[in-house]
Amino acid sequence: MKRVYAREEYCVGCKLCEIHCIAAHSKYKNDLIKTFKKDTNPPVSRILVEENKPVSFALQCRHCDDAPCTKACIVGAMQKDPETGIVTNEEDRCVGCWTCILVCPYGAIQRDERGHKVASKCDLCSENGKVPACVEHCPNRALEYGEEPFYLAKGK
Amino acid sequence: MSLNYMTPAFIIERDKDRCIDCQVCVRQCANEAHKWDEEEQKVYSEDANCVNCHRCVVMCPTRALSVRRFPLEFRYNANWTPETIRAIYLQAETGGVLLTGMGNDRPYPIYWDHMLLNASQVTNPSIDPLREPMELKTYLGRKPDFLKIKNGKLLEDIPPQLELDVPIMFSAMSFGSISLNAHKSLAAAAQQVGTYWNTGEGGLHRDLVQYGDHTIVQVASGRFGINPDYLKAGAAIEIKIGQGAKPGIGGHLPGEKVGEEVSKTRMIPLGTDALSPAPHHDIYSIEDLRQLIYSLKEATEYQKPVFVKIAAVHNVAAIASGIVRAGADVVVIDGYRGGTGAAPLRTRDSVGIPIEFALAAVDTRLREEGIRNKASLVIGGSIRNSTDIVKAIALGADAVYIGTGALIALGCHLCQKCYTGKCNWGIATQDPQLYKRLNPEIGAERAANLLKAWAHEIEELLGGMGINALESLRGNRLMLRGIGLTDRELNILGIKAAGE
Repeated sequence: MKRVYAREEYCVGCKLCEIHCIAAHSKYKNDLIKTFKKDTNPPVSRILVEENKPVSFALQCRHCDDAPCTKACIVGAMQKDPETGIVTNEEDRCVGCWTCILVCPYGAIQRDERGHKVASKCDLCSENGKVPACVEHCPNRALEYGEEPFYLAKGK
Repeated sequence: MSLNYMTPAFIIERDKDRCIDCQVCVRQCANEAHKWDEEEQKVYSEDANCVNCHRCVVMCPTRALSVRRFPLEFRYNANWTPETIRAIYLQAETGGVLLTGMGNDRPYPIYWDHMLLNASQVTNPSIDPLREPMELKTYLGRKPDFLKIKNGKLLEDIPPQLELDVPIMFSAMSFGSISLNAHKSLAAAAQQVGTYWNTGEGGLHRDLVQYGDHTIVQVASGRFGINPDYLKAGAAIEIKIGQGAKPGIGGHLPGEKVGEEVSKTRMIPLGTDALSPAPHHDIYSIEDLRQLIYSLKEATEYQKPVFVKIAAVHNVAAIASGIVRAGADVVVIDGYRGGTGAAPLRTRDSVGIPIEFALAAVDTRLREEGIRNKASLVIGGSIRNSTDIVKAIALGADAVYIGTGALIALGCHLCQKCYTGKCNWGIATQDPQLYKRLNPEIGAERAANLLKAWAHEIEELLGGMGINALESLRGNRLMLRGIGLTDRELNILGIKAAGE
């Protein structure tokens, strides 16, 4: 399946990925100014820039082949789509028990306590069906979207 | 502490209706011109720190930022301009030499803009480069006085030549003055387009040896990073005597920029200043230069052309003649607008002569002396676009070097602060936090695109003149006419006035 791969050597730590992730999942889809100015309760970013200067990279759900979060979920809200491989959390069913957060080996699931307490995670922008917003807006190609990691692809 | 007389040079304008306080500007400004107020949860600006490099403006996701000249004015004075006054304040405070980066920015005449090109009408046909083949191929190196041919074959070997698919090369910028990612970008672009990049006086990083076939390795007065492998790694060797931005002056790479990679590549201790002397201490005459040229040729078994680069100064024609007679295969002349990573401001702004005059004078002199074929002529020093190149070739150049133009392609915004090592575009810096901003894949694409775009334009211009090979334009000054020039200037350039 297609995943987002980070290239830490080119991550400039600007966090534009986080900003565009928030906008992409807000009710003002992809309108940055309205998302941040009008939405009193904007979504949490589903991508996180990990930073220990000068190293930085953006991390989001790896959509594991054998995703522990889907097994740990007590209500069956966390599911891996057998076709696309995308792991999504059905927020209506999620009860916010954080078991998924506990088992995620990457620490890629965030707590979203803005309203009904839910686990918030990357959905690869599956709704708009295109390149994920973080990849599209990375100014330095530090995020790549592809079938396999760039370091394997380049080796061929 | 006494009162600081310096006022901000720029003012940062933040459109509050558009700013979303995302702090991208805060994270991107190495000069700390943008700050985050934790208490107010707001971004604010420190105008005095702004160098107007546009990094924040370009990165701002909502285009909320703009930078302007600080509006504060002195009482009008045509003699004591704001720059003059501010320079005195700064020197009164520091007691130091004024430093700057990039090329001469003073309003001297730009002679390229006083020359016009010809085009074909009725009496000779123009050529459509989209339909007919155009040749930009250029060979740099010594050409024999005449060709001895027997049975359809050349009787003697042609001296080593560099083959250029476009008449544009990247000029010398050292690893140290610019980042490794900038070097990687230029090297990859040169390989892709079929031209050459130049190491500058900083050695060749081991990761770039793979681009050796497209590399000109430089030998300058500090002799940094030079060994037999280095000389053999390149396609040609360039002896740098001087550069247009600071003729008569050496180089100084501050110890802070000499990190582990620079130290290894230059072969100097970590964290020490890299000082290039003003002269080569073994060159005090043309005869001495000849010794170095032939030492380098001997070391590379006469397989590689040797370039000699000088700054355009008053006696440039006579000096160039000496260089050719000393055995150089290519003479490089760098005009007074040439760029630099760091130069004393007063030298940069007032030493040297325009490249247009230097080129015309050197080409004329070498022709008069009958030695023009013995060396190719490459010029640099603010080639801004493809017409500058076409005009340079018509004036007599074989090819051009671009430095500033190449860096602009990589993202340089000409803020002239290269010497601070805080280049926000990841070009003139060795800070790992900053140089990773220049992704060499993107850099190589952009630099290569620039060369390709200019090559297309050169073909268009040649076609308009009814010329299908760059060779036929070379030194063809009849294709140029001067506009707004005095008789003396026209005479030096060797061109007629428009209308003649």
